[in-house]
Amino acid sequence: MITTVAFYVFATIMLVSAALVVTSRNPVYSVLFLILAFFNAAGLFLLAGAEFLAMILVIVYVGAVAVLFLFVVMMLNVNFVQLSEGFQRYSRVGLVIGAVLFLELVFVLGGWTFAPGSQTLRLAPMPPDLHNTQALGQLIYTKYFLLFQTSGLILLVAMIGAIVLTLRGRVESRRQDISRQTSRNVAETLVSVTMPLGSGTKSIGIFRPLVSEPEAPPEKIHAPEAH
Amino acid sequence: MTVGLGHYLGVSAILLVVGVFGIFLNRKNVIIILMSVELILLAVNLNLVAFSAALGDMVGQVFAMFVLTVAASEAAIGLAILVIYFRNRGSIEVEDVNLMKG
Repeated sequence: MITTVAFYVFATIMLVSAALVVTSRNPVYSVLFLILAFFNAAGLFLLAGAEFLAMILVIVYVGAVAVLFLFVVMMLNVNFVQLSEGFQRYSRVGLVIGAVLFLELVFVLGGWTFAPGSQTLRLAPMPPDLHNTQALGQLIYTKYFLLFQTSGLILLVAMIGAIVLTLRGRVESRRQDISRQTSRNVAETLVSVTMPLGSGTKSIGIFRPLVSEPEAPPEKIHAPEAH
Repeated sequence: MTVGLGHYLGVSAILLVVGVFGIFLNRKNVIIILMSVELILLAVNLNLVAFSAALGDMVGQVFAMFVLTVAASEAAIGLAILVIYFRNRGSIEVEDVNLMKG
């Protein structure tokens, strides 16, 4: 009884928040509703007996993916009002296609049964004396070990790809260049400047150590800018 | 009125339809499209877990975990592409993405 109530509560909240993810005008709200939807989906997983997957769903989706979405939404300074133009125009097409898809799914669900020998066709029947996590681990690390390693490789490639894509060498950033540091000498670094009386109080910008052209800046300094 | 496989399949069917509807509704906003793809993959995962629980077969949960992995990496790559696209164009309208059409 309590399982049924919990199922309906989780399912209703998940579907409503999924609909709000899709229709909300502000993408920050969309991300927050996505988090709510994932939490409730984890509840549904728990009800189905997949405890490990439920916890993984909370950790991976709520902890990583949704926060990533949130970062990107807040980092990009996008005019979201302009983006949600054409909402009405597209909604009719979307409703038609969604209705067709839903009808097809209803037909599939309506006329569908298990095969007669489906119980004997199971690849890995659930061991009755083990927890869900133990059973999953025994399967992952033995029978599906190569697939498991491949999924780790996919994650590695995704990480490297994301870093390579978004890394940019900033021109204006000041990096340490050790060969330049050790090869500089006094002649091209220090300049002795004779300042006229009182010109030091004028605003002339910041005087930086010279590297490329040691002769140029003294003139600049001597020319006081008109206020 | 106990919760069976049919209930889970119905819920995940509705979730899948909501995700597809979201892709059509937000044709311009790539971020919401990526979230819709996540919703669709969540519906697939729900199906896999429901069948796994109904049949008593652990393989469904193993595959749901792999789908989870692929969904996470897809979100990371998609958002990285989105960031560099925004850096180049100053907007994230998908309808502008025909630069390579020639």
